Amino acid sequence: MSIPFYVSPEQVMQDKAEYARKGIARGKSSITLEYAGGILFMAENPSTLSKIGEIYDRIAFAGVGKFSEFDQLRKVGVRYADVKGYAYSRDDVRARALANAYSQAMGDVFTRELKPLEVEVIVAEVGDPELAGHEHNQIYRIQFDGSISDYEGFCVIGGLADELGSYLQGRHNREMPLGETLKVGRAALEHAANGRSSVPPQNLEVCLLDKARIGRKFRRLATDELNQLLAG
Amino acid sequence: MRFSGFGGTYEGSSFSELLEVDHPQLGSGWSRLTQSAPTLSAPHGTTVLAFKYADGVIVAGDRLATEGYRVASRDVQKVYATDAHSMIAIAGAAGPAIEMARLMRIELEHYEKIEGEGLELDGKANKLSQMIRANLPAAMQGLVVVPLFAGYDLRRRNGRIWKFDVTGGRYEETDFEATGSGGLYAREALKTLHRANATKSESLETAVRALQNAAEEDRGTGGVDTVRGIFPTVIFCSHDGIQQAREEEIKTAYERSVSTRLEGRAERRGAGA
Repeated sequence: MSIPFYVSPEQVMQDKAEYARKGIARGKSSITLEYAGGILFMAENPSTLSKIGEIYDRIAFAGVGKFSEFDQLRKVGVRYADVKGYAYSRDDVRARALANAYSQAMGDVFTRELKPLEVEVIVAEVGDPELAGHEHNQIYRIQFDGSISDYEGFCVIGGLADELGSYLQGRHNREMPLGETLKVGRAALEHAANGRSSVPPQNLEVCLLDKARIGRKFRRLATDELNQLLAG
Repeated sequence: MRFSGFGGTYEGSSFSELLEVDHPQLGSGWSRLTQSAPTLSAPHGTTVLAFKYADGVIVAGDRLATEGYRVASRDVQKVYATDAHSMIAIAGAAGPAIEMARLMRIELEHYEKIEGEGLELDGKANKLSQMIRANLPAAMQGLVVVPLFAGYDLRRRNGRIWKFDVTGGRYEETDFEATGSGGLYAREALKTLHRANATKSESLETAVRALQNAAEEDRGTGGVDTVRGIFPTVIFCSHDGIQQAREEEIKTAYERSVSTRLEGRAERRGAGA
């Protein structure tokens, strides 16, 4: 008779976490920064597959890690938001509820499934000064094990999150205009891409939640516009 | 990949299908009306029109909803932007029609977000015709919805207009179209007034005159209500996107058309004397 194979739960969790961390660390980082006119999302991404996406009127999504996994999460988020907005009102779709739902789902996968999700995501909502109680920006980060935290100012996800976070500390503030915030963000991504001195604009994916827009606040910046803003 | 308690079984990019599959309780249910149900009476919307002009396409509609001989509402909106380059104008039973316009808007936005790029204008018109077809059982009970769909085709660089019938049949129009109870009169007016290369302000006046014509001949169509300050809805769509005409602009166009008519009348009287 063979002895039953035993691995302690601590060991299982540790192994899973290590597996997920390694997967995430292989990819590039993604930065979310508040600026005077809204929220800016930046990722080094030379491909046409997006890492940043629109969820709802004032809510956007950014993911790092395994594309197929975070893109699936993004789509589930869009469905969640559209159904909620249809059933109730557009103002009832909030980032906090969505971030909680992500946290539940990702935590669930982490404990139940053999393979954890190799992703980290950000859900951010831009404030609307016209709506009492909805004036403030919200940024949530959800990690592979479902742990959720909220951020003020900026938030970095991906392999070099801690390092980029300490780089941005002191260099960024929420009252900066868009152009300046973009430059700080690019400098941080260049800092991460050690060895390579520059990250050309065509390798950047940049999106905004622009307070000034009416209705859907999400906007993707084209390379031309990005060039102008970085030069100005 | 499925997430327990978050997201359902549907994995496509259509919002109306998502509702059907994962959230049937949120669907309209109009398509499930049975043949035995009595014919329903609900407020009806009335004249809407669309035509092409130099920069694209213009869609306009009156604001009156009637229930039999009674006014149900004086300021219903019948023309809606469905996204940055398309519009829907509804005629028929107001409840299902307004709901269809709302659903259409969410449908287009949902597809764009899921897929990362929007539908082609043809694709949007096709989707709308499927939604009308799904409404057929309700139409048999009297809840007919026959919208107009128009937009600017960014690939072909021109404005385009579609009309629909109750079975979801889709017909593209070359110049103009009007539908609703006063549609015939609006169409008659457009036949003489419409010019494909007209400017924006000329087109606005044409739209107002055609609607006014329909309002005079059809009791179910509302005209310009200067007492309550209710004006028709007029939306332009060109390469640069959607633009709704302001009330002052519509008022000016209306006043111009009235004064043109008064002058004509005075001239005719003068000639008769």
